[in-house]
Amino acid sequence: MANVTINGIKVTVPDHATILQAAEAAGVKVPTLCYHPDQAIKANCRICVCEVEGLALLQAACSTPVWDGMVVKTNSPAVLEARKTILELILAHHPQDCLNCIRNQNCELQSLAEAYQIRENPFEHMTRGLPKDRSTPSLVRDPDKCVLCRRCEYACSQFQSVNALGMENRGHHAMVVPSLGKDLLESPCVMCGQCIHACPVGAIHENEQIDEFLAAVADPEKIVVTQMAPAVRLAIGEEVGLATGDMDMHVLVGALKQIGFDYVLHTNFTADLTIIEEGHELLKRVKEGGKLPMFTSCSPGWINFCETYYPDLLDNLSTCKSPQQMFGALVKTYWAEKMQVDPAKIYSVSIMPCTAKKFEASRPEMNDSGYRDVDLVLTTRELGRLFRMAGLDFSKVVPGSFDSWMGAYTGAAVIFGATGGVMEAALRTVYEVVTGKTLADVNFTFARGMDGIKEAEIDLNGLKVKVAIAHGLANARQVMDQVRAGTSPYHFIEIMACPGGCIGGGGQPITKSNVKRAERIKAIYVEDEKLPLRKSHDNPEVQQLYKEFLHEPLGHKSHELLHTHYTPKNKKFF
Amino acid sequence: MAEEFRIVLRNLGKIDPLKIDDYINAGGYKALEKARSKSQMEVIEEIKKSGLRGRGGAGFNTGQKWLFAQRMEAENKFVVCNADEGEPGTYKDRIIMENDPHSVLEGMAICGHAIGAGKGYIYCRGEYPTLAETLKNAVAQAKEKGVLGDFDIEVRLGAGAYVCGEETALIESLEGHRGEPRYRPPYPPVSGLWAQPTIVNNVEIFANIAPIIEKGSAWFGSIGAAKFPGTKVLTLTGDVKNRTFIEVPTDTTVRDVIFKFGQGIAGDKKFKAVQIGGTSGGFIPEALLDTPIDFDSMRKAGATLGSGAVFVLDEDRDIVDVVTRIAKFFEHESCGKCAPCREGTMRTRGILEKINAGKGSKEDVALLEKLGRVMAGACLCGLGQAAPTPVITTINNFGIDYDAKLQ
Repeated sequence: MANVTINGIKVTVPDHATILQAAEAAGVKVPTLCYHPDQAIKANCRICVCEVEGLALLQAACSTPVWDGMVVKTNSPAVLEARKTILELILAHHPQDCLNCIRNQNCELQSLAEAYQIRENPFEHMTRGLPKDRSTPSLVRDPDKCVLCRRCEYACSQFQSVNALGMENRGHHAMVVPSLGKDLLESPCVMCGQCIHACPVGAIHENEQIDEFLAAVADPEKIVVTQMAPAVRLAIGEEVGLATGDMDMHVLVGALKQIGFDYVLHTNFTADLTIIEEGHELLKRVKEGGKLPMFTSCSPGWINFCETYYPDLLDNLSTCKSPQQMFGALVKTYWAEKMQVDPAKIYSVSIMPCTAKKFEASRPEMNDSGYRDVDLVLTTRELGRLFRMAGLDFSKVVPGSFDSWMGAYTGAAVIFGATGGVMEAALRTVYEVVTGKTLADVNFTFARGMDGIKEAEIDLNGLKVKVAIAHGLANARQVMDQVRAGTSPYHFIEIMACPGGCIGGGGQPITKSNVKRAERIKAIYVEDEKLPLRKSHDNPEVQQLYKEFLHEPLGHKSHELLHTHYTPKNKKFF
Repeated sequence: MAEEFRIVLRNLGKIDPLKIDDYINAGGYKALEKARSKSQMEVIEEIKKSGLRGRGGAGFNTGQKWLFAQRMEAENKFVVCNADEGEPGTYKDRIIMENDPHSVLEGMAICGHAIGAGKGYIYCRGEYPTLAETLKNAVAQAKEKGVLGDFDIEVRLGAGAYVCGEETALIESLEGHRGEPRYRPPYPPVSGLWAQPTIVNNVEIFANIAPIIEKGSAWFGSIGAAKFPGTKVLTLTGDVKNRTFIEVPTDTTVRDVIFKFGQGIAGDKKFKAVQIGGTSGGFIPEALLDTPIDFDSMRKAGATLGSGAVFVLDEDRDIVDVVTRIAKFFEHESCGKCAPCREGTMRTRGILEKINAGKGSKEDVALLEKLGRVMAGACLCGLGQAAPTPVITTINNFGIDYDAKLQ
């Protein structure tokens, strides 16, 4: 342990602690910009510099380890001059269009400018004058706003192993750019959006499509129907001043109706349906010697990753569409029939924790209903903006109920939002289908939590099934390399592109650390526990769907509407 | 009267640099043999006692640095020779390596023995392709002769970035990454190339090693300034009559360097200023000419010894114009990693151009001073920390030149 004095306050911290950690222990917040709690230290913004007794130069608090007897001043005149000047330098080269910025009031640079009273900047204002990159349907890059903290580059290469972002040029011409391509679409980007969470400013964000939604609502000819992913409810409260998980489902439904949705349905319905289809697909592959291991296919960032980096393993992917796309195909067929409405009039909007879903909905093959199956994808953050624009007071919103035929769901669908959730939900159903017995305990706890790769062997009446779960694409890569090498011991692998699963998706409220992700996961299992039905095959509306429309899992209709195929991306970046 | 004293240039003009036998006949590789007959600690102790200190920005005791690496337990250790001589007006490493490549290899191999490293790299400036061939030839001959034993040396070429002369950026570049400095600590002797203990020393340091081992630390310690002993190779450029290179003891004064070895100012004009240590060095006025060139004396005078470049300006030179050009150099060479250097070098250039064009004000000069303080204190590496030095030293020593250009 080391005894350190911070601004006269004595603290004892572990030997390997940094000045930043020692200051935190002393109750002193040292400002940061390039620092990220889940990433390696970069020490490039220099905002956190402090004065250390005995050293001539200022020291970056984030990277400098303490020593016993170290005396630190975090707010000396030299420190304040340096910090303020560095902020002025960064701001003078930044667009400063805070009022128009998607990160207005949720920007680390803006907060620093406020705290350090940046008023009249002595440096002449200039911007790089670079165009926005709108090449993908999911993300927009605004390189003019980039402050070169390099957190996006780290998230993309280290968390995700996608390596779509890298550095180009040097000095003040230095830029973060999509690697080996002119724009993001040509790069290996999988559109997971983890770079958005990493970005302290508005240099990369979702492709905002609120106006398209408002236009649809304003069109009296359109029947605007929504589906909402399970991870949305967990986090949407954060957008409107509530605690994580604190948004009541029925209040949320009421609020969605208030902002203009004609019908509110639930992706959870097709999550349960996915389990039935995917579970049977797995059993079929196991029994008939099909391609194993089978990978889940709910996460569109993961699908993009597989098509980009593992085109040789596409046959291992479950052919099941994601719940969003199953929903899209059914809402303009089955649901339209049930409601006796013209499917051409249905405007199908999904609310997703995900940026890659915007791309998925735009895939040319996703039109099995005879129309574009999902017309518009809004992220959780965009929904938050809609709520704020509508001026909703959530303490007074009248609760509502899901509309019929595609609104019922079980706890198995709810847990889709967390890493391991699809696996656990699948096991709840597969176990009962194979053994014919009722599960004594539906909780497969091995599947839960933030460990990068989780695995287990499940005994299904003598049929031993080995399963694995990976979240975050760098973890997925490890599992995939094993499959490619022919040494994978697994039958079934769940992969989610984003750390923590969908609750940590690229469309969720800005989430700087995995602590927040773990909090959302906790809330998801609380919801699961509370539900009367917790196994997908118990969903009464799903049962009805099979009885009246699909007839059997993996049947003709399922094949037509609920299953898909994959295409190698053939990107030339090697 | 000051005299040249040749340690690192001991074989200059005496041997054929392309023939290892010439080097061996001149007594080469005897020191390596001697070092290998001693323990690691004995070698390090000898270097440490000699007082040999870094010839770059920090002036750190070489033996002490080696000791840090020697103490580390690691799978691999590395010896890296910094031959990325990018400092404008400096060519002393080229002179050493061109004329006596084996003196560098021998120093590296002695270091390898002292710290327990099996592999060395020479990171050679990209603009020195011919030199890289000379070095490769020397390595091949040394391997063939077996003089290096199991110590392996590889020559790598840089790609033209000035910042790669900074040791951690050099290491990044060696690893195949973008040439950008790392934060420190950890320092390279603890965690350097591929996170292994690494000694990065300059060409001039390695060329000093064999003579110290051969003749002893007491001999070396008696040469030049007591606290910064030995010699320094200087390269004279600018308005001196004799634009040349010299190797002189470290207690030689700046005045002797310019007026004796440099034979005074060209065209018999008056002296105005001298910048020592390269582009990031301070500008010294007439009043400080009797300062000895050693690290500590120079630092006290607000200047640096640095690379040993001596850039002389006569009375007709426009200091503000010269510094504006220097600011452009740093703007161009900043790697862009840390905010104060990336933005600060660009702003410094902009403000200086404004002043140089006669459009500046007192406030602009004050802003330059503030930028200088902030960059010197807060930048990530030596490049950004030292970039303001020419600006600040000229404002301090030649303020009148600035005032003349203000609105």
